[in-house]
Amino acid sequence: MELVYALVVGVLCGVGVWLLLRPRTFQVVMGLSILSYGVNLFLFSMGRLSVDKAPVLLKQTADAIADYADPVPQALVLTAIVIGFAMLALFLVVMIASRGLTGTDHVDGVEEEES
Amino acid sequence: MWLMLIVLLPFLGSLCVAFLPSNSKNWEAWLAGLVAAASTVITLCYFPTIASNEVATLRYEWLPTYGLNFSLRMDGFAWLFSLLVSGIGILVVLYARYYLSEKDPIPRFFAFFLAFMGAMLGIVLSGNVIQMALFWELTSLVSFMLIGYWHHRADARRGARMSLIVTATGGLCLLVGLVLMGHVVGSYELSDILSSGDVLREHSWYLAILVLVALGALTKSAQFPFHFWLPRAMAAPTPVSAYLHSATMVKAGVFLLMRFWPVLAGTEAWSYIIGFAGLITLVMGAFVAIFQQDLKGLLAYSTISHLGLITLLLGMGTPLAAVAALFHVLNHATFKASLFMAAGIIDHESGTRDLRQLTGLRKLMPITATLAMVAAAAMAGVPLLNGFLSKEMFFAEAAGFGSGNTWLPTLAVIAGALSVVYSLRFITEVFFGPVPSGELPKTPKEPPRWMRFPIEMLVVLCIVVGTMPGVTVAPALNLAVHHMLGAYTPEYSVQIWHGFNLPLLMSVLAFGFGLVLYFLLQRRYGISRLDKVPLLHRLDGQREFERVLLAVTSFAVRVEEKLTSERLQPQLFWLLLVTLVVGGLTVWRSPIEAVRSPIGFEPMFAVLWIVGGVCAVAAAYQAKHHRLAALILMSATGIVVSLTFALFSAPDLALTQAAVEVVTTVLILLGLRWLPKRLTPDVTGVKATLRDYRRRIRDGLLAVAIGLGMAATTYMVLMSAGPTKLTDFFIQHALPEGGGTNVVNVILVDFRGFDTFGEITVLGVVALTIYALLRRFRPAPESIELPAQRLGDIKNVAPWQLARRGYLAIPAIYFRALMPVLVLLALYFLYRGHNLPGGGFVAGLTLTVALVLQYMVSGTLWIEAKLRIRPHQWLGSGILLALLTGVGAWLFGYPFLTSHTAVVNLPLLGELHLPSAFLFDIGVFALVVGASSLLLIALAHQSLRSHRRHFSGKPPTLRKRGAMRWS
Repeated sequence: MELVYALVVGVLCGVGVWLLLRPRTFQVVMGLSILSYGVNLFLFSMGRLSVDKAPVLLKQTADAIADYADPVPQALVLTAIVIGFAMLALFLVVMIASRGLTGTDHVDGVEEEES
Repeated sequence: MWLMLIVLLPFLGSLCVAFLPSNSKNWEAWLAGLVAAASTVITLCYFPTIASNEVATLRYEWLPTYGLNFSLRMDGFAWLFSLLVSGIGILVVLYARYYLSEKDPIPRFFAFFLAFMGAMLGIVLSGNVIQMALFWELTSLVSFMLIGYWHHRADARRGARMSLIVTATGGLCLLVGLVLMGHVVGSYELSDILSSGDVLREHSWYLAILVLVALGALTKSAQFPFHFWLPRAMAAPTPVSAYLHSATMVKAGVFLLMRFWPVLAGTEAWSYIIGFAGLITLVMGAFVAIFQQDLKGLLAYSTISHLGLITLLLGMGTPLAAVAALFHVLNHATFKASLFMAAGIIDHESGTRDLRQLTGLRKLMPITATLAMVAAAAMAGVPLLNGFLSKEMFFAEAAGFGSGNTWLPTLAVIAGALSVVYSLRFITEVFFGPVPSGELPKTPKEPPRWMRFPIEMLVVLCIVVGTMPGVTVAPALNLAVHHMLGAYTPEYSVQIWHGFNLPLLMSVLAFGFGLVLYFLLQRRYGISRLDKVPLLHRLDGQREFERVLLAVTSFAVRVEEKLTSERLQPQLFWLLLVTLVVGGLTVWRSPIEAVRSPIGFEPMFAVLWIVGGVCAVAAAYQAKHHRLAALILMSATGIVVSLTFALFSAPDLALTQAAVEVVTTVLILLGLRWLPKRLTPDVTGVKATLRDYRRRIRDGLLAVAIGLGMAATTYMVLMSAGPTKLTDFFIQHALPEGGGTNVVNVILVDFRGFDTFGEITVLGVVALTIYALLRRFRPAPESIELPAQRLGDIKNVAPWQLARRGYLAIPAIYFRALMPVLVLLALYFLYRGHNLPGGGFVAGLTLTVALVLQYMVSGTLWIEAKLRIRPHQWLGSGILLALLTGVGAWLFGYPFLTSHTAVVNLPLLGELHLPSAFLFDIGVFALVVGASSLLLIALAHQSLRSHRRHFSGKPPTLRKRGAMRWS
């Protein structure tokens, strides 16, 4: 299971990086989004994988810590998801504003000259 | 406390003046004058304390463990300097009131002037050396602003920049020197340092400390080889020159040398470094001053020369020489400030400062002329004036220095003679000679009464000190000397007549030589016609400085050109490559300690991610030519991520991810419309070039490497047992201290509430930025056209008529019916968030989704005619509520955002635990609703641009009240 999870993180990050390096703004937006999936899953993995563990406290068994899923990475990832959303939205708007301003959707604001 | 006021008042005054309207000339001058007077009076009131040999101190602890405190310390020496700074400050304010014209931005002048005064008093009164360095740099900074006061003039800008670079660099050296000094002594307090002279002198770092401190002092006091900035600084308004560049700021350097004289002086290195710098500056400054054609230039070089004299005296290392240095600081400040002011009056009234043009002003402005001549005579060292006294002391010290040396007395006499020459030149060329007849830009006349007053005051001081030193300056000088030199205080007497002795002979010789030299130069060589300094014009510090600056700048530009790119792709590539290398090296070296047994294999998970992974790769493949397809594929991956969270016991994350996914997809859908049409290569026939393939392969390799690296790292983490201390803490304390069973939510709103507060602030800022960006948005012309996808019978129907024609009628009714359910769901998530999966973020996003669904199905105009959403209000009240919750803790004496749980019994709902963090969560909820709906609605409104152009007819009226301007 761990191996599958690790491969998933690798695939998502690789795809994200590939898209980040593309010349069109929309590709970069997509790349950012997919990369953040990968990174969020990576962050989440810091708490190790746990299936069927309690995510909230059950009052009677408050002492058996091993029964719980690790809440710390979860809180971090929750924050990361929301900030990632804000960043994506901002980048999206910058993207369309830049397209309106420069007339192109190239990341540099000018089409690459042929040479 | 009063001590504090001396330093604080000028800064407060500076703030007040800065906000005065620009046409209230008198107000600013009055305020500045009163502040300067207040500082002077407070200083004077300390005289009894100082006279009884006490040291007034004041200390506020700041970082006591690091030895950094705000500390003020006034002993006799500091007292004398602060009296000098604040006293001359009053006179310069009065003078500046008449000097500045109505067209100048007067509040700016007085604001910086007062700030300078505060900084200078700060240096003088600092009881902590780090704090002293801080004020030191502050004077450099304010001086920059004052020299560049007329910033429309290129010479002012360049002069300001040069002085800042030179003095601030020196200030940095000084800071390092002081830090070393504090390290050796073990304390940054001035009093501790002053009592550890022997420790310092014998320490192996002594030379380094000395050189660094000397660099600070010599740059500030314009000593060779750093003297060149001072003549350039003459581009400043004359009150600034009079105050900063003759009486106070340039004295900071010698002040520093005097302050540390008891601990650093007395070694050979000190004498060589300080003494020779002073000696060269003394002679060279005097020589160059003779050949200046600009009145202020002459005064500037003579200032350099006099500062050299003071430095030389300090460098000699004998206590008597130090006394002479201190005395000369006072004398120089009085006569040079008055000379600068006189020069300013001459410039002001005649319109020029060129010595070749000025002539015969004695007839036109007799009073000013007399005053200036007396001051110039004091500068030359004429008996019965104050300059004579300190010059005599200098001659006596020079004659007695070492045993049997003749070169120092000789050089002293030469320097004295040169100062006689430039003083004579100033007097004869400006005031004597034929009365000007029309060749000056303005006809000179006497200045206003009160503009002359400061000069009168200073000249009277010159005479009074010069004739009756014993009763006027001696008591104050004694006190200062006593505190400056401490145990080294020598026996000395300040008097006019010491009998016929060697110093008197040297004075006479200097005058004789000076007179002869002047007439020689005037008659034989015609100095008035020279346009460059003989012999020394090659030695141009300014030119060297410019050359170095240019070389450094062009080197930086070349490096920048070589190493950087404005293009995003190479930047990202290198960034990612470095990340890969650094990350790879880190992971490579970290050992795995404990191995964890893997959890059981779940086939569903693998299947899920075959779908998710394929979707991600396909999205990447389609992102260039089929954006909509790419977006849908990416969303599918997002949903798989959400399911993964659900599988691995993180319901909160699953919920948030799902909600964010919906909002993101809608957002990008709204944005797609504004991107250019992109056709596939088989339509356009454009073939990818070899270069494209090379780049793709390169990027692909990097992507694969990073992917593999991330996979390996993840696998290593997952297979190793990590520390659980943090987790234990949160799980154990969530319920007793946070009052909630949903640990994730408790961490977010309670334990790490401040982080969350920062996060929602970011969210709000992003939403407002997007709103602002879109208000100014101008789409590309071809995007205004109706999208090609608008086909069939609805092609030419205005959007607000679509609903009437039954377009999307069934989904519309369905979604409208869904609205209350979704609102209730959002509230439910909010309510239970503290104890069960949910919380402000999810609730806010759910409500936004409910709203967006209505927009999508019914159209912007229709929905806004029915429903008024005010995202700004949601956003603002959300952040306010969160803030107030945090501040509320203060009322009960707890730190910001401390949570408290109240237990309430309500009918129907039973016993309720209401932690204050719940209020915070409501704030989060409101902010998320506001921010995300602001984003979406602002973007949605852009589509109305093309509606306005393509469809005639009247859209349904928006409700006017509270209607937002979107574009």
